[in-house]
Parts: sequence; structure tokens; C-alpha cells
Amino acid sequence: MKEGIIKEIVNRYNNDDGMLIPMLQDIQAEYGYLPPEQLRVLSKTLDIPLMRIYSISTFYASFRHAPKGQHDITLCMGTVCYLKGSKQISDMICEEYNIEPGNTTSDRLFTLNAVNCVGACAVAPVMIVDRKYYGNMTPESALEIIHKLNLTIEAGDAGKSQKSQ
Amino acid sequence: MKRTNIDESILSPHISSPAELEVLSEKIRKLKAPSTKTVRVCGGPGCTAKGSLEIYALFIKAAEKLPEDIKIDNKCVGCHGLCERGPIVIIGSGDANGEIFYQQVEEPDVAEIFRETVLGGRIVERLLYEDSTTGKKVKSSEEIPFYKTQERIALTQNGIIDPTSINDYIAVGGYSALVKALTTMNPEDIIDEVIKSELRGRGGGGFPTGRKWRSCRDAEGDQKYVICNGDEGDPGAFMDRAVMEGNPHSIIEGMVIGAYAIGASQGFIYVRNEYPLSVERLGAAIEQARETGFLGRNIMESSFSFDIRINRGGGAFVCGESTALMASLEGRVGEPRAKYVHTVEHGLHDQPTNLNNVETWANIPSIINKGGEWFSSIGTEGSKGTKVFCLVGKIKNTGLVEIPMGMTLRQIIYDIGGGVKNDKAFKAVQTGGPSGGCIPEQFLDTPVGFDELTRLGSMMGSGGMIVMDEDTCMVNIAKYFLNFLKGESCGKCTPCREGIPQMLHILERITKGEGEDDDLEKLEVLGTLLSEASLCALGKTAANPVLSTIKYFRKEYEEHIYHQRCPAKECRGLFFYEILPEACKGCGICLKNCPVDAISGEKKEPHLIDQEICTKCGICFEKCPFGAIEKV
Repeated sequence: MKEGIIKEIVNRYNNDDGMLIPMLQDIQAEYGYLPPEQLRVLSKTLDIPLMRIYSISTFYASFRHAPKGQHDITLCMGTVCYLKGSKQISDMICEEYNIEPGNTTSDRLFTLNAVNCVGACAVAPVMIVDRKYYGNMTPESALEIIHKLNLTIEAGDAGKSQKSQ
Repeated sequence: MKRTNIDESILSPHISSPAELEVLSEKIRKLKAPSTKTVRVCGGPGCTAKGSLEIYALFIKAAEKLPEDIKIDNKCVGCHGLCERGPIVIIGSGDANGEIFYQQVEEPDVAEIFRETVLGGRIVERLLYEDSTTGKKVKSSEEIPFYKTQERIALTQNGIIDPTSINDYIAVGGYSALVKALTTMNPEDIIDEVIKSELRGRGGGGFPTGRKWRSCRDAEGDQKYVICNGDEGDPGAFMDRAVMEGNPHSIIEGMVIGAYAIGASQGFIYVRNEYPLSVERLGAAIEQARETGFLGRNIMESSFSFDIRINRGGGAFVCGESTALMASLEGRVGEPRAKYVHTVEHGLHDQPTNLNNVETWANIPSIINKGGEWFSSIGTEGSKGTKVFCLVGKIKNTGLVEIPMGMTLRQIIYDIGGGVKNDKAFKAVQTGGPSGGCIPEQFLDTPVGFDELTRLGSMMGSGGMIVMDEDTCMVNIAKYFLNFLKGESCGKCTPCREGIPQMLHILERITKGEGEDDDLEKLEVLGTLLSEASLCALGKTAANPVLSTIKYFRKEYEEHIYHQRCPAKECRGLFFYEILPEACKGCGICLKNCPVDAISGEKKEPHLIDQEICTKCGICFEKCPFGAIEKV
């Protein structure tokens, strides 16, 4: 665990506890989630109750309290994606990998995030794998992309997503 | 994003007069010889998902191999609008009529476009848009019905300029409104002009922008703030994203003008967490504006100082509400507060704060340049100017459109959108996001405007327009919206926190065929209570999707409740599967896949589903390769 990183982040925002949300975003960018021990350090550094930090980190949906998987899969559940079958895609992925939206697979291969709208409604349903957008998904094509993640990991090439379109 | 050939190192920092801006603008334009070809690849979210960034990279690579004297201006531009036909590539050659619009371009096409059109000046026929009614291929975007009736103000430069270059923006007249405002107008003049334009807030509320500015200017406070609300949370809406990523400088220019008029020295742009590219583009644009002297201390060498900071949202829908957004900016949970204390007097950090939506800010430069009267000459009595809509759902031409207020829903959906996809029957159009309503066919001739849509039990909202066809169950869609809002209710006030789950519970029963006689009455009572007793707009409008669907599609609810049937055949268990004997080939796939052995039949003979055993799981429907299984 890197010492002093919290101090550095707090300094970035001039010790201003009004900037708590950007600070937490920076911590999450560093670790991929919000490690409890770092939040305790943050609470001490800013001299604010730990409860206040948790009230914020649990209110906003983008904060995570558990480590992420190696890949990030974001499935859009916005109205248009829903109309065009994103629920079926989500159900299929959850069934295949035995997870719930928001969870990480037990082998930490990927984290499945279900979000409200990614603003790419024209190509709904949309799935984003490690920041790459895939449009017009079906349960089958979505699974096909995820299965490829499996292969890249096994080939020792984690972190890269495959282009499929 | 890298560009080729055109020299980028001509920024002359610190513009301080209209003349200096004109000189710079001229200089940038001159750099491009009339013979310079431009290649504009759409980098909007739709086209990007279809691989436009790879196409852009190929164009850059192709241009690199050319001899030095041939100049090509490659640009990755903001959303063009016609996302359905993406990736879109437009080849221009200096004069306007030489523009060629290519659609559905794929990587292997790049070499041909480059050789034939860019270098040879010839057209690649097969990549042109084909007008589906006339069957004629058309060359430029103006000839495409989708674009013909649109009128662009907020999106004027979207798709034309490179969003990462302030020079490109200046070359098309960017920042001239700011220079005009700062050198020839006093703050009162500016506010008068905005009032004259009758511009109303584009985020959904529809409050007159000029009046808001005046109240904020008149409010007492040592420090005033302006905020740009880029927390575009409505699912099915990406207008603000398109502007933030396609023309970030227009927002910044609008904000600086607003801050000068109001007397604010600090601005904030609150961007949704799901839009990382917007944050990147706005960040770069702010940096460039500072270098050129349009942001920071002593803007254009005047006594006016103003700077902008970007804050990323935390992924909470309610933060689109102004007071919740301000709470979030203060580092607190995004809970709204009662609105009887106006934010223009006591907003962020208890100081006078003026908050406007992305599209509202992006309209300001045009209003200053062309005058409030010009703006108010467009539109209807109560709604002036244009509005950007996201036309999505079960429609042929999905995409981003900007139309003058007062155009009818029918014109938007049929003339621009091309009608319902797969020639299915139109059922409803949903406007206003999760808190909006569903508008049925009989009101399609309603002109679009703030008051007109509210009268129909829906609202303008931020501009999502979701088309639904006969296969969409209205009870199910109301359930979807309530489920969404249940998750996004901040929990502060009881009507919203408890009311939404109650209504959702009833809807869940109905879609399972367990509806009760007085369910509709209960929903209406709860809905009215929510709209009267909730603290903020989220709760006040949460019942809209339910109330509007009950109002216009009552029969569909009654079918679910009294006959346990889903007319749209979407609610599982409320319809049957049957095998069409004439289409069934007797292949046995359904029989093999049925988990409860409800299907019987000899090979090569039509099969049969035993309705007594069938659990209506739908596996046979999905597996049948001949489409021989029907929902009845």
C-alpha cells in the first residue's frame, strides 16, 4: 500500500473537504475501489468523521467498496437499451457467470456494471468493455465478446479488449 | 487527437479586441488553401461504437503518404446526427457544394474513398445515402430528408469543427459573441438581449433564462457562481453529450458571457460520470481558452476575471436537480432541498448561483451575435428558438435532431425519423425522460413546446424522444420507469421514497397477472399524492409515466388486470405460444429444447404445444429457426 498517497490527493484539493467527491474519485482511480483503510486515513487527514465519507461513498452509485475484476463490463440499462432487450443480455450474462449486476466474477475476470444510460442510444443495446463501445448487442453477441476476454486472460494478455466489429 | 498538415502553432495569445479576433480568424482560414480537401469523420458516440475512430486513423495514415504539396485536413468531428447510418464520413473541398456525404463506411472503404474522392474528385456511388421513398442516391447532407427540415443553432458547428481545436472554432466565428459582449455591451444589455430572446431553460424546467440571470445579478452576495449542468441523466438522451464532445467551446463561450452579465467570478461544469470523453474534451477546451485569454484573470485585458472548473458527477440521477447538484458540488450527498429559497439568491455555498443546462449555454453565443429578436422569431408563442432531441427507440432514423419549436411530433417522427422501424404500428412516443409521459397517436399533431407537452401529461424534459411500437407493453414500460426512479430516489422525503416502491409493487402484480380490481384507482391516488407532496421534481413527476399510460392506454391495463392478458405480448405468462402448422417443418428443435416436455410431434410433421403443461418460458420461440412459433 502506497504511503502518502492520500496526503497527496488531499493536497491536490487544498485540504478542502468540500472536494470530498473528487478526492474519493481520485482514490478510486488509484485503487479501482475505495479501500477501507485508505478511507480511515482520509478521515484522519481531513479531520472529518468516517461516517461522512461513507454516507457519500454509499450514496453515489459510481463508488465501489470491493476490488474490481480485471475487465470492466458496463451494460447500459437505459430506456432504449431496455426496449431493445438489454435486460435479456444482463440476465444471460448473470446466468452464465453466476453473478448479479454490480458484482465481480469469482475468478476476478470482470466486473459487471449495469448503468442507467451511456448516451449511445442510437446503437442500443450497448455494452462497454474496458472503455470500448459495442453497439447493437444481442445476448449471444455479448457473450461471445465476454468469452473472448476469457481467452486473452489465459493467453496472459490481460487488460486488452478484443475488437470484434 | 492528432491532426495532420494544417499548422496548429498559430495561437496568438490574449485577444483583446474584436479586430484582433478577426485577424486571427482570417489567418486560420487563409492557412487552408481553397484547394484543401477536408475529411470529416464522425466521432460521436454512435459512430464510435461502429468503429469510426479506426476509420479516422486510416485516413490519417493515408494522408501521411502524400507528397507535401497536397494538403488534406483530417478531422474527427462531433456527432452528425444521423447515427443510424454511421459511421459517417464527409469529404469537403473548400466550396460548399462540393460536399459529399458518405454513410455506413467501413474500414475497407477508406482506401477507395481516399483514392477516388479525396484525390480523384470522383464519387463512390455505393456509399451515398439512398432516399428510401424515391430510391435516388443523394450526394450531400442537405438533400437527405433527415436533415432537410432541421434548423440548427446549438448544433450549428457540431460535425463541422474539430472539437479539440480552438482554432477551428474561431475560424467559424467562435468567441466573436464573447468579444462583442465584452467590448460593446454592458451586463444589463446582455441580460436584456437574453430576455428579449425568450430563451427558456433547456434542461427540462423551461424557466426563462434571462429572468434567472437578472435575479442572480440583482441578488446580493460577495461571490457569485455560474454552473453548467452537464449531468445528463435521462436515459435515452444524449444531446448534451453531443455538444460537450462535439463543440465544447460553445458552452465555455456562453458561460463566460453569462458570468460577465451576472457578475460571477467562478464557474463549474458538472459532468456525468458516465461521460469520460466529455470531461476530457471540456478540460482541453478550458485549457485552450485560458491560453487565448478568454478565461482566467483579466479576460481580454479587461477588469473581468472568471474561471471554470469541471466536476465529475458520482452517478446519481437526482443530481440533475439543481439544488442536489449544488449539494454535490459542496461535497455532500446529492439531496435536493425545498425550492422556496431560490438558488439565484442562496445557491452554492449559500451565494447567488445561476445554473443552466448545457444546451441553454450553447445557445447564448448565437443570441448575442444575432440578437434576441432573431431568436424569438423562431418557434411558438411560449417556446422560442430550437430544441435538440434524441430520436431513438423503434424508429428508422435514430439520431440527434435540432428542430424549431412548434414542429409537430408527427413531422419529427415521420418526416425526419422516417417512421417506425420494420413498418410496425406506432404506439406511443415517450418524452421527458423517466419523469415524462407517453403520448399516443391521436396527439401526434401537437406542436412541440414546453407548455404543449406538459398539457398532454408529459414534458419537454431535456429532449429524449423514445418511439415505441405495437410490441411495447405500456404497463411494462411504466414499471421500467418506476423501477429506475425507485433506485434513484435520494430518500430524503417520504412520498417519493415510499410512494414509488408502492406503485412499483402494484405494477409488478399487474404484469404478473395478479392485478386487483381497485389497482388503477390506487395508482392514481398514489400518483397524485406523489406529485403534490414530494420535495423535488424527481418525486413530483415520478408518477407521470404511470398516470399518462393509464390515461391513454387504460384498456391495456384493464386487459392485464381483468383478463390476465398482455396485448403487446411482452409480459411473460400473459400470452400463449402456439406453433403455426403451415410454417412448422417438424425439425424437432423446439421439442428437444422444451424444459417441461410440453411439445409433441412426429419428425417432419407439424408439432403441437400442450398448453396445460407449457410454462410459457419462451425457449421454443427463441430456438425455432423457421419463425413458426407465434405469440397469441
